[in-house]
Amino acid sequence: MSDPIKINEKCVFCGACVKACPFGAITQAERKTSPIIDLQKCTLCGSCVVACKFNAIWMKEKSSSGIDLSAFKDVWVFVEQQDGEIQSITYELLGEGRKLADALGMKLCAVFLGSNIQEQTKDLISHGADKVYVVDRPELAHFQDECYGNVLIELVNRHKPSVFLCGASTIGRSLVSRVAVKVHAGLTADCTGLAIDPKTLNLLQTRPAFGGNIMATIETPAARPQMATVRHKVMKEAVVNLAHQGEISMETIAEVLLQSKARRLKFIPEVETTMNIAEANIIVAGGRGLQSVDNFKLLRNLADVLGAGVGASRAAVDSNWIPYSHQVGQTGKTVCPKIYFAIGISGQIQHLAGMQSSDIIIAINKDPDAPIFKVATYGIVGDLFAIVPQLTAEFKKVLGK
Amino acid sequence: MRYVVCIKQVPETTDVKINPATNTLMRDGVVSIINPFDMYAIEEGLRLKALHGGTVTILSMGPPQAESALREAIAMGADDAILLSDRAFAGSDTWATSYTLAMAIRKIANFDLIICGKQASDGDTAQVGPGIAVHLDLPQITYVRKIESLDDKTIVAERLMENGYEVIQSPLPCVLTVIKEINEPRLPSLKGKMAAKKAVITTWNAAELNCDPKCLGLDGSPTKVVKIFTPAPRQGGEVFQGEPEEFIPQLVAKMKDAVLSAAQ
Repeated sequence: MSDPIKINEKCVFCGACVKACPFGAITQAERKTSPIIDLQKCTLCGSCVVACKFNAIWMKEKSSSGIDLSAFKDVWVFVEQQDGEIQSITYELLGEGRKLADALGMKLCAVFLGSNIQEQTKDLISHGADKVYVVDRPELAHFQDECYGNVLIELVNRHKPSVFLCGASTIGRSLVSRVAVKVHAGLTADCTGLAIDPKTLNLLQTRPAFGGNIMATIETPAARPQMATVRHKVMKEAVVNLAHQGEISMETIAEVLLQSKARRLKFIPEVETTMNIAEANIIVAGGRGLQSVDNFKLLRNLADVLGAGVGASRAAVDSNWIPYSHQVGQTGKTVCPKIYFAIGISGQIQHLAGMQSSDIIIAINKDPDAPIFKVATYGIVGDLFAIVPQLTAEFKKVLGK
Repeated sequence: MRYVVCIKQVPETTDVKINPATNTLMRDGVVSIINPFDMYAIEEGLRLKALHGGTVTILSMGPPQAESALREAIAMGADDAILLSDRAFAGSDTWATSYTLAMAIRKIANFDLIICGKQASDGDTAQVGPGIAVHLDLPQITYVRKIESLDDKTIVAERLMENGYEVIQSPLPCVLTVIKEINEPRLPSLKGKMAAKKAVITTWNAAELNCDPKCLGLDGSPTKVVKIFTPAPRQGGEVFQGEPEEFIPQLVAKMKDAVLSAAQ
């Protein structure tokens, strides 16, 4: 098989491609020699092709899919619900979906699966949905990967959406991967930015990779729908407009699609969690500097005053001071709150990967050289055991609690 | 029982640094490791084998140098390993990757459980595990934190959700994706290291997998990277030190509006 990417005779040995390659796959032995692409490292991302001013890099074009893209219309949002209660990520998706639908001149549609959920459809319309596709069946009372996937695959094939957004939650990521594979759609995970390319009208999906060290913008040029999961708390919630009108479409689904090989035997809610940290606007997180499980109550007191969720570094979780579901970072959760308190957390790169896109970061650490201070909006150098209680008391006073 | 564990070789994230002059990724001397989440998948395969018997087969798609990741898994105790390597796989997104891995699992034929890490630390998509399940028309249990029971026909496992956990029962074969909470990966033994040195790693190319060429690599991948860039590094801000009695009221006054607006 011939190489999918080559440097041709137009090359002037300027070395621009060497600098442009995010993967270090292009090397130039010395000036005045042609750069060499290491195909084992190359991911065909095309950065070098864009960087080359001399059209000297040829990259294999994707074969055309032969799909008529104009047959696909509307922007869909998957409605995540728990026991019938619509989750906040849904309203964030409706807020963002509205902008995309307006840019495309298309309708914004919500896809709502569950049992006894018809009362809540009004809520989706007042948050901007022009149409709500409802599948109301007892089999769909709670999330199940296979039957939820089957129903969405059927609805996508039936109505052909152009864009399909879903939360990058446990449910969202487990679910839409199944749908995208089955309908051969493009799927981009954990997006933090969405826009419409004004020329091609393709959805431009921007997401972090390598723990946030690089960002990639991705599109689906020749397949539909263009599917994306979207990170919590990045998009603004839709504004409620009670006068907004929308249509409700009750969808019938064949029995066979509602069957599931795997089934949920039970659900055990976590006792300690008062708040899902992925959805929290404020997170108070603690690390090794807390020294013991008992000292986490300092954090809980501050969190209570602020109405915040409690997070933790890997070191705190590994010491069994707090359950794993609270872990922020590469092997835990990625969070994006408005305010993040890092208390007694040194700020290893794996932890930063999970929280550095927070709006405001406040770090408290006794080591002035701790890497956490490099990302902190406000850094406090000092003894957390003295500072946190005072901080709690001051917030209590100022917030009138 | 045959457990197939899918792994990926990734650059160690702690090594990935940004060149401040050019604002590009510096990957010189970056060490390649087994994706951290896949270590839990390998360990779980080995534990199940110790409890229930059977064989653990490691599967990876990647360039020829990914062989070292497979040898490391054998050193931990895996029985055999297969590397899927072909120029035709270059440029694969998660669709094409899950297709290629699924075609290899079909070729393996007799398998009971497929175990993957929840996601890879370079791409962070968490899409390949469920993708394999759909390509093979199998049930899946994602984000598994514990396997409660396993017999010839059925598995019961706990899946971590945002607000608790679910206990899910599935017939075999089934695809699992596992999280850190499930176990603590072992270190390779001396005997394992010896075995890894001698082990023959099977390599399969596209033709051997009986793949549809339209579904591989760039052609099989619906998504396309338009642009890669490094985000502007976050700047450190204001630093407070000295007497907490003095700076805490200042800080809280600055934060008050942000806290009130976040609370809404």
